Amino acid sequence: MGGVFHAAILFLVSAGLQVVFGVQKIFNLACGSFYALGAYVGVSAVAWFIDAGGPPALFVVPLVVAGVLIGGVGLVVERGLLRFVYDRDETFQLLLTFAVVLMMEDAIRMTWGTSPRSTSALYLTYGQVRVFGATVPVYNLIVIAAAVVIAALIGWLLTRTTFGRIMRATADNREMAEALGVDMRRVYAKVFTLGTALGTLGGALVIPATAAMSEMGVELIVEAFAVVVIGGLGSMRGALVGALVVGVFRSVAISVYPELEMLLIYLIVIAVLVFRPHGLFGGAAA
Amino acid sequence: MRSAAVAAALAAIIAVPWVAPTYHVLLMLPFMAYGITLLGLNLLFGWTGLVSFGHALFLGVGAYAGAFLTTNAKIRSLELILVVAAVAAALVAAPVGALCVRYVKIYFGMLTLAFGMVFYTFVLKFYRLTGGDEGIPFPRPALFGRDFAELSKTDYLAGPYYYYALAVLVVAAVVMWRIVHSPFGLCLKTIRDNPTKAETLGIGVSRYRWYAFLISAVYAGVGGALLGPPTGNVDPTLAYWTHSGNLVFMTLLGGFGSFFGPILGAFVFIYLQDWVMSVVPYWRLVFGAILAAVVIAAPGGLLGMVARRRPPLPVARG
Repeated sequence: MGGVFHAAILFLVSAGLQVVFGVQKIFNLACGSFYALGAYVGVSAVAWFIDAGGPPALFVVPLVVAGVLIGGVGLVVERGLLRFVYDRDETFQLLLTFAVVLMMEDAIRMTWGTSPRSTSALYLTYGQVRVFGATVPVYNLIVIAAAVVIAALIGWLLTRTTFGRIMRATADNREMAEALGVDMRRVYAKVFTLGTALGTLGGALVIPATAAMSEMGVELIVEAFAVVVIGGLGSMRGALVGALVVGVFRSVAISVYPELEMLLIYLIVIAVLVFRPHGLFGGAAA
Repeated sequence: MRSAAVAAALAAIIAVPWVAPTYHVLLMLPFMAYGITLLGLNLLFGWTGLVSFGHALFLGVGAYAGAFLTTNAKIRSLELILVVAAVAAALVAAPVGALCVRYVKIYFGMLTLAFGMVFYTFVLKFYRLTGGDEGIPFPRPALFGRDFAELSKTDYLAGPYYYYALAVLVVAAVVMWRIVHSPFGLCLKTIRDNPTKAETLGIGVSRYRWYAFLISAVYAGVGGALLGPPTGNVDPTLAYWTHSGNLVFMTLLGGFGSFFGPILGAFVFIYLQDWVMSVVPYWRLVFGAILAAVVIAAPGGLLGMVARRRPPLPVARG
């Protein structure tokens, strides 16, 4: 079950990566940094909430609110940096997101210091239950449920709303969508902010279970990267399946043969790239 | 004009151990190791149009090969170490490259990143073989059979080792110069600019990309082996993906469109990093901002800014 919890978090971050790649064709290395940012902001928000006398049982409220709100930083990054390189080679876009990775890592160190931060005392607020013979904190189940709900919401957004249709049209054919009157600047700004908010929310939700560390961003990005390669770049369904594969395989590997842990994941990634270069769910267009 | 600038730079580098404080002399050592690595990386990046986000892998292979030979096999000859590092890098790059060059652009970058992280995880997890996160010591190697035992570590590094590394850099640069100005180099440029046309002209696109990958891996292996002795230790962070990112950063900073751009980039990166770290502990913040500025405003890098009259991306000449 630890694997599924991890998969739920991974799904959120990878979904943010996918939505940005799908529409903007930018592989956002900074999504891991957004995740770390969400984690730190989550810790601070919960600490503030408890200090202000909020009931511990409601700690998820400030956590989620903070996680979603700090996603607004995506708008700043998009308007402030990324929009200048949309017509450039994707190498430059990739490098610009790498610049964001570097900046965010130190910005986090400057704001929160280098020692890990946690809200560990709250992790078991909701108690534990036994599921399939394993003891699982109820909080994990809440996060898993939340990820499922968010997955459904994204599905609904993409297929049932006007904005979702515009997003899919842009992903398919940018010039045509633009010619049909879609304001690309607004779409890109919204999509990138949405992608960022998914990452920061993932970071905020993970925080009761683990401590926030400044390296968590660069470490998570390689996992999220594995997820999207396994699932297929740009595919939401792929993100879901990929996150489950990575999350579950990793927890199995840890319990069976710890040395294999991430090695196994990379080997799956390479196998997928070799045999199914566009991932399990990727389209030919990718 | 350019040859005069290169000659002046070379003379300055030769003079450094006499005129500069030891601290700065020692900073030149990673610069030269990175310079060699980036010469190779730029064969892929600037000339072939493939951006590797996993080149720290070969840097790591070279560094670990050297550490193994000196620490475990008690082989101290640096000439032998460099050859073994180059061969090891080539042996790793042969299958890795064969897979990677089937893709271009972002997929190539991602696949190289994945392979880089495989190696990173391997050295991190297989503690008994690689020392895990502590790494392996890389004791002082012997140069042309002399171990310079009478010199202190600093004197050794700032003296014989300095010139040895410089000689390797010069040889590497001359060889690379010959490579990029050969018919082979022209083929690579053609592949970069128009793979379809290259294929039509009878150039085996994948095969040439694979050759370029191998050569760049060998350069990184040699650079990695030279990176070890100054610190006296090699550890897995050498192979981490952000290190690969830094390599691409240096190349872009100096200018991937020109031959000497990456070497200049390595120099500026190392010294700027040292200076920024002495002022504030947050060098990544500053460097992230610099990288963003370069990407947005000066994609041709420092040399691209100097040579405005040339287009930022060189087109194949004659």
